This record gives sequence, C-alpha cells and structure tokens, in this order.
Amino acid sequence: MSFIYRYLSLHYKNLVDALTRITEQPLGNLMTIVVIGIALALPAGLRVMVSNISTMSDSWDAAADFTIYLEMTVDETRANELARNIEQRTDVRRAILIDRAQALVEFQNYSGFGEALETLQVNPLPHALIISPTGGSTSDVSELAMALEGMEETALVQLDTAWVKRLRSILELALRVVDIVTVLLGFGVIIVIGNTIRLEINNRQDEIEVIKLVGGSNGYVRRPFLYSGFWYGFGGGIVAILTIWGVLGLVNSPARALAELYDSSYRLIGLNFMETLMLLGTGGLLGWAGAAIATARHLRDADPE
Amino acid sequence: MIHFENVGKRYASGREALSGVSFNLEKGDMAFITGPSGAGKSTLLKLIALIERPTRGTVLVDNQNTSRIPRRRIPYFRRRIGIIFQDHKLLADRSIFDNVALPLLISSLRHREVSRRVRAALDQVGLLEHEKFSPLSLSTGEQQRVGIARAIASRPALVIADEPTGNLDPDLSLEIMRLFERFNQVGVTLLIATHDIELIDKFNCRRLRLDQGRVVEMPKSNGL
Repeated sequence: MSFIYRYLSLHYKNLVDALTRITEQPLGNLMTIVVIGIALALPAGLRVMVSNISTMSDSWDAAADFTIYLEMTVDETRANELARNIEQRTDVRRAILIDRAQALVEFQNYSGFGEALETLQVNPLPHALIISPTGGSTSDVSELAMALEGMEETALVQLDTAWVKRLRSILELALRVVDIVTVLLGFGVIIVIGNTIRLEINNRQDEIEVIKLVGGSNGYVRRPFLYSGFWYGFGGGIVAILTIWGVLGLVNSPARALAELYDSSYRLIGLNFMETLMLLGTGGLLGWAGAAIATARHLRDADPE
Repeated sequence: MIHFENVGKRYASGREALSGVSFNLEKGDMAFITGPSGAGKSTLLKLIALIERPTRGTVLVDNQNTSRIPRRRIPYFRRRIGIIFQDHKLLADRSIFDNVALPLLISSLRHREVSRRVRAALDQVGLLEHEKFSPLSLSTGEQQRVGIARAIASRPALVIADEPTGNLDPDLSLEIMRLFERFNQVGVTLLIATHDIELIDKFNCRRLRLDQGRVVEMPKSNGL
C-alpha cells in the first residue's frame, strides 16, 4: 500500500517537476508548444470544416427541389389541377406550375436559342411542375419522385440530386486527405517533441550521469523526460483548441450571413467535449511517444559496455 | 567483500589498463590503492561499480560475481555501494540537501526516512547547517564532503573513492581521510584510490600498489 503510494507520489513529483522546468524557460518552450499546437490545429481544424460542410449538405439534400415534365397532351387546366392535388400530399411543401408559354419565354431569354425557337411553328415545351418536398431523408424524396413518376400525365421526372452526391464524394475524398494530413502532422509532432527532448537530454547529461552512478535505473532517468514530452504535447493540444475556437470566431459572422442568403439558420459547429478531450489526449500521447523515442535512443549511449 | 582474480581490462582503444590483477579485501577492511596516474586505479574502481566490465578474470563483490549481473540490474547493484569521485559530481542546480537525498529518492525511501538519513549524513561530514545552500557556495573541501555524505547516506557496506583528496590541500586531505577512518570504525569497508603516499603513510592500513597493470601488496605503515 505504502509502496503504491510512494510510486504514485514519485510520478506526481515527476509530472510537476517537468511542468516547472518547462515554465522556467517560458519563451523558448512556448514557441515549441505553439509549433506543436499549429501542427495539431491544422488536421483538427480541417476535420471541423469538413464535418460542418457535410452536416450542411445533409439538410440541402433532403430539401432538393425537382421538376416534373408533363405529357404534351396535358392542357393547362389539368396541369393546374395536378399541381393543386400534389400540393395536398404531406410530403410536398409546394408545387408550382410553369406553364409552357411562360417556359418558352424564359427559355428564349436565357438559353441563347431564342432565334432558333422563333422559327418553330409550335411551342415544343410541355407544362412543368416544380415540386418542393417537405424534407426529411433522401429516400423520402426518391419515394415521392417515384410516386409522381407513376402518374399517367407524367412524361419525365428530373431529380437533381446528382450534385449533392458529387459533393458527398468530394467530402469523402477531403476526409481521406485530412486523414493523411493528420498522420503526417502526427509524425511531425513526434519529431518536434523528440528533438526538443533530445536537446534537453544533452543539456542535462551531467545530471543523467550522476543519477546513473548513484543507482538510478533507466526508468528513473527516463521518466522526467517522458513527462516533459507529455506536457509539450498537452500544451500543444491547448494551443490547437484555442486556435480552432479563434478561427471559428472569426469565420462565424460571415458564415451566418452566407447561411441567411440561403434562408438557412445554420450555425457553425465547433469541437464538442469529446473531441476537445481527444485533441488534448492525442497531443499528450504524441508527446509521450516522441520523448520515449528520444530517450530510448540517447539514454542507451550513456550505458557502460 | 571484494575479490579480484586474474582480472584484465583492455579498452576498445587497445590500451591495457589492468593485466592479471588479483587481490582480496575482507569485510570491514580499509585499504588504499596507490600508483602513478594511469596505473589503472580508476579502472579498478570502475570494475567494482560496474561502470566498466573486465575483459577477463572474475570480480566478486559481496560474494556476487559481477559478470553475472545483467545490465538492467546494475542500478540496483550500485545502490549498495557508496561511490566518491575526485570531482565530487554534485548537481549545481540542486541544494546540498537534494544532492545528498538523490540516491535515497532513487531507492524510493519514505520522505521522513530520507530527511532523517540526509541530516545524519550531513551531520557526520559537519555540514548540517548548510543543507539549503547550493554546492557552488561551498569550498572545494566542503563540496567533497557533500559528495561523501551522498555516498554514505544510503548506509552502504562498501564505499569506494577515486582520488577523493586529489584537489585538496594536505590539511583538508587529512581531514577527509580521518572521516573515512571513522566510517571504517563503524564497520564500513573502504577502498580508496590515491597517489598521495605521504598522506596514507599516516594511516595504519593495507596498501595495494598498482604497477604496470598488476597489484603489489605493500607493507603496512605504522601510522603517525
């Protein structure tokens, strides 16, 4: 019992001593910590960005409008009736009729085929309905589209969700890239901390020698450096969290303005509690790992034989 | 306590520091190793503390064959030996108390026990009132006494000293040796390397002279 207590108190002392030593040279060590913080903030920040975009796109996708082109044989009265009927459905928010005359005018104005169309004797365009679904999931919308396609007056349903799918794939790709960046920068953090610890070992060569001569085990010698590494990483994690919140703070109001233009009340999502903990934990762990590598390499050199 | 049998040590550089050293030091003895510098005195002590390993022969310390001690057990082995260095190897950024406490903290002794033993050791070398100071504030002789306090704080049965009076004037040297004599009187085995023949003539102890890598037993002096 008392042995465990002494063991824990030794670790606690090492933890506090390591922190004290870092604060003894605030400027130099702070720069190291900021470098680590930026290296951690970059992948974490990218991840936050991608997850914001994908959350946003989830809501777009379900609310995607689509168009029904009616058969040429359907007249305007019937088309109006259809629009009203469809609007009765619970999964439809709004159905707007674009009548063929109106469509022709718009097409002439915007398509650049104006003169070509004038040479035609008859209007080649059918009546069309623009359907705005109530929203919900993507499958609800496809179900609705399918149901409307089954009507005998329907010639064609054009469900324009392809761009959402493309965006999805782009986001998927972006996530993969973020994963790679995360791994690379993780290595970067390990190397930065490993190098810092290596310098610290060089500076404290005398102390290490004396400790070994009076019977300090490798574990005893190593432990303070491992805790230093942990603090560097943990400090880097704090810097990363502050950086991400800072950037979100700067971006928040233009993002809100943009969302309002799209009639959306979307708010940017930052790091949640678990993600914050994970960022700190990852920092600490990478620091520990970097220190472990540095000490394993450099403390062995101090051994006899 | 210490038994050397036909021990040789050749360094990687090719220099043969010891060739065929044999001697025996009984428990409770105090002995000097003399010889010109470069005769291998330091090497001999390093073999005892496992700072180096012999290239041939057998070294027994407290009936334990040191060649059978694996590298990872060396720290635990060293905790049973007090080692004193010519340059005392104190840590300048720690107080005298913390320097002496270092081997005790490494052995993870209870805090109360650490304080008690550190004070006892500092008291024996006459530096109790300096415990909060930095080693740099002390004279060379006092620094050496802190080094001695550190070596004896864990109450080892064996103390080895490499030129402990190398940097001291004759009066201080004698004082240090008297200190060793006192430890010996309470049962500590001591092996002290020194080139100061005049100094050890004052003590009635065994003398081992290292010459060309071999040990020659010298007659005991009567002391003064």
